[in-house]
Amino acid sequence: MSTILTILVALVVMGGIAWVLRFAGQQVTNGAPFFRDMSFGVSFGYVLGVVVLAWLAWGFMQSRSSDPAIANKFFFLGVAIKGFVIFSIAAWLFRLLGRTVGTDWTRKMFRQMPLTASFGILAIIVYAIFAIFAGAIAPYGQDEIIQGVAANIIPGGDPAMGGDPAFPLGTDQIGRDILSRLIYGAQNTVGIAFITTMLAFFLGGSLGFLAAVVGGWTDQILSRGVDVLMAIPSLIFALLLMTIASVWSSRLGIPLTVFMVLIIALIDSTRVFRLARAVGQNIVVMDYIEAAKLRGEGMGYLVFKEILPNATAPLLAEFGLRFCFVFLTIASLSFLGVGIQPPLADWGTMVRDLAAFINFAQFAPLAATAPLLAASAIALLTVAVNFVVDWMLHKTSGLKE
Amino acid sequence: MTDTLLKMRGVKLEGRSDETWNPIINGVDLTLAKGEVLGLIGESGAGKSTLGLAAMGFTRDGVRISEGSVEFDGIDLLKASAAVKRGLLGKRIAYVAQSAAASFNPAHRLMEQHVEGPTQHGVMSKAESEADGIELYRKLRLPDPESIGFRYPHQVSGGQLQRAMTAMAMSCRPDLIIFDEPTTALDVTTQIEVLASIRDIVEQFNTAAIYITHDLAVVAQMADRIKVLLKGDEVETADTRTMLSAPTQEYTKSLWAVRSFERPLKAPVIASAVPSVSVQNVDAAYGKVPVLHDVSFDMHEGRTVAVVGESGSGKSTTARCITGLLPPTSGQIAFNGEVMPADYRKRSKDQLRQVQMIYQMADTALNPRMSIGEIIARPVQFYMGLTGKQKRARVDKLLDQIELEPSEYYNRLPSELSGGQKQRIGIARALAAEPKFIICDEVTSALDQLVDEGILRLLARLQDTLGLSYMFITHDLATVRAIADEVVVMKDGRVVEAGPKAEMFKPPHHPYTDLLLSSVPEMDPDWLTNLLQERGVDNIGDAAVGKM
Repeated sequence: MSTILTILVALVVMGGIAWVLRFAGQQVTNGAPFFRDMSFGVSFGYVLGVVVLAWLAWGFMQSRSSDPAIANKFFFLGVAIKGFVIFSIAAWLFRLLGRTVGTDWTRKMFRQMPLTASFGILAIIVYAIFAIFAGAIAPYGQDEIIQGVAANIIPGGDPAMGGDPAFPLGTDQIGRDILSRLIYGAQNTVGIAFITTMLAFFLGGSLGFLAAVVGGWTDQILSRGVDVLMAIPSLIFALLLMTIASVWSSRLGIPLTVFMVLIIALIDSTRVFRLARAVGQNIVVMDYIEAAKLRGEGMGYLVFKEILPNATAPLLAEFGLRFCFVFLTIASLSFLGVGIQPPLADWGTMVRDLAAFINFAQFAPLAATAPLLAASAIALLTVAVNFVVDWMLHKTSGLKE
Repeated sequence: MTDTLLKMRGVKLEGRSDETWNPIINGVDLTLAKGEVLGLIGESGAGKSTLGLAAMGFTRDGVRISEGSVEFDGIDLLKASAAVKRGLLGKRIAYVAQSAAASFNPAHRLMEQHVEGPTQHGVMSKAESEADGIELYRKLRLPDPESIGFRYPHQVSGGQLQRAMTAMAMSCRPDLIIFDEPTTALDVTTQIEVLASIRDIVEQFNTAAIYITHDLAVVAQMADRIKVLLKGDEVETADTRTMLSAPTQEYTKSLWAVRSFERPLKAPVIASAVPSVSVQNVDAAYGKVPVLHDVSFDMHEGRTVAVVGESGSGKSTTARCITGLLPPTSGQIAFNGEVMPADYRKRSKDQLRQVQMIYQMADTALNPRMSIGEIIARPVQFYMGLTGKQKRARVDKLLDQIELEPSEYYNRLPSELSGGQKQRIGIARALAAEPKFIICDEVTSALDQLVDEGILRLLARLQDTLGLSYMFITHDLATVRAIADEVVVMKDGRVVEAGPKAEMFKPPHHPYTDLLLSSVPEMDPDWLTNLLQERGVDNIGDAAVGKM
């Protein structure tokens, strides 16, 4: 109750400050358009922004406090802020590097690149390096239960708080190094999600364009088929197919993961199909398609030369989103026990395995951060991919701000 | 001057592209008295619309007013607060956009949108405003004024929609209305109705107006004064009559002289000659809706047949039948005496090659992701099988033929070209197939007059050198005068009248041809007044068309 009251009082106080800010601005600048046309909501937004920034700064100072109890509470906030600042500077330097090194074309590209895009590209490169060289970078194996080391070491590496400098991110319930599992997880999760998304786009995209160009019965059959697939709740459908596949996989000797990729790709391709068909239909009515048809061009030329280049922008945007959804699907399947099989490390599974620790947030803030590590790995990659996709969208569609 | 309503002084506008601000308007002065109509003319890109919007103190995204002042009835619009401007726009200053269809909200009825302004500004109550709306619809001669307001925008025709939008602009009895090319998208017969309605209502309420258009004949009917713009600069301003009779600037004179292009008459067709394309008793339908009824006409080598009629008359459908996109339900198409398969998919590559098309909207006719070189090279490679250097040489020659410098344009994208240049690329793509017959579907209707003339001259020259025959679909009779050898008039899917051009422009006409011909605006400022008197004010437009 008192919490709600505090928040209410804070909101009212902030509202008052916002009003005063706007009024003062109008008086001091003698009615400059910026303050004159400012609505109360905008003014409140500025105040709220300042308050949030102040809280972050305060939290950062707290994380450097000499009292370990307070410092621990804000330990990961401090790490996140430090990481964000360092990474932003790195992204800026990365862009600077790109502007001076390379061919004319790449230099021009980097010159026009917003900082968010170089942030995203840098993040993706780092992820890719971790995924490719996981074996060399990770201090331990992904399924290695380290002998003589206790399970559930707290992240942070501070012995006073139950950490261990050898395991900076701690160990999980059965004593595996979380850092190593995160690094291997990049290999498993990102690799599989990427392949799955590509497959879904190849399948859904080509069929969608085909339906748009040919129309008539082909379109009807494909679209109704997709409707049927979409009518079944996707997670339950995937679960059903995975159950069938688990029988086949042992009989045929093909790893279950291959089936999982195919099944998720099939289910996700229905969404891509719909988008590709809708976009394709808008392009097919253009006069240049009619001109190509009247020239006597074949289907392949129409789809790949005339339609695809004009459909890249919406498809790219969808790719960014779809990639993240595939992540989540894999995580949910793993949670239900049919996805990526233990002992392979997978971020989704790691979140689920450590999820119970979040309940300790009030008593042991550091322990509660354990499940958030894998979650933030997913979040960061999602944001990075979408930064890059947004930028490509602006470039290919010629959109201005 | 106490009755000055709008005063713009040294207005400079800049547009943002490639991270810099580029000038659009370089310091234009504009003064408008109460109840005066000012015509603003110039080619596209001259900054007419931008200036028109600036008169409301408004700019589109990416455009800013960098200098100057806009004073409306003593209020400085550039310094006024958002709240003050909200009170003025819609109430005292209204705007009528070019495309009414795109400006109405398709999800609401006309009347709902009409009453929004007056009720929002507190001028009238909803009931009063509805009654007033019906009155305005009546004044604008909309059919069935009591109930038309309860239709959705897609349920009325383009001309009616444009008048409904004018009514909406009038709803608060503004002091100033800005008309941005309100009739450009309309047929000549519809245009007259809209022009007459707008002129009437502006006179009745003594409203001042800025009338933006690129059509000189239209502006001559509407405006008291004309201001000519060229690339963001004012060329000259004068009374309409003075401007028409004695323009002082070279550019204005060139605008006035444009309509002089006309090709010499050709000898009549020899009766026994085999037509290069013959449309024989064609009926066609979209689904179950019949569109063409027994359409027959011939087109001969080296000649141009103009097909005219208002939109919905079946001109483009006939073209679709010829190209094979819409197989006729009965009748046939013959090329050089040989009957062609009705469906384009059943035609051989060589048959397809012989019929080429140039489209109205060059924007949608060229793939925006292909370079000019690729666009023209594709038919060269596809039909002629040329590759490598030979292909490049052929494309260069084609670019030469359409008067564009090959080295400069080969690698450009369509978006980097002007409207007229894009249309030339469309022509080059058609020529690349080395056809005998080209269908030109309203190729000049989206272009400015000067550019339009350039395209027509190019087409005429190509016809003379290559012996092409054209089917020229248009609703613009000035274009017909300029380029046609024979004319086919269509209405409601039927051929109303057909014959050599010289006969068609001489009376006696079929009544519909007469209506079409008399609806083409002329430069004479009294033309509209006289025409309305001749037709009788009460039965212009819909009524006149309906009677036939």
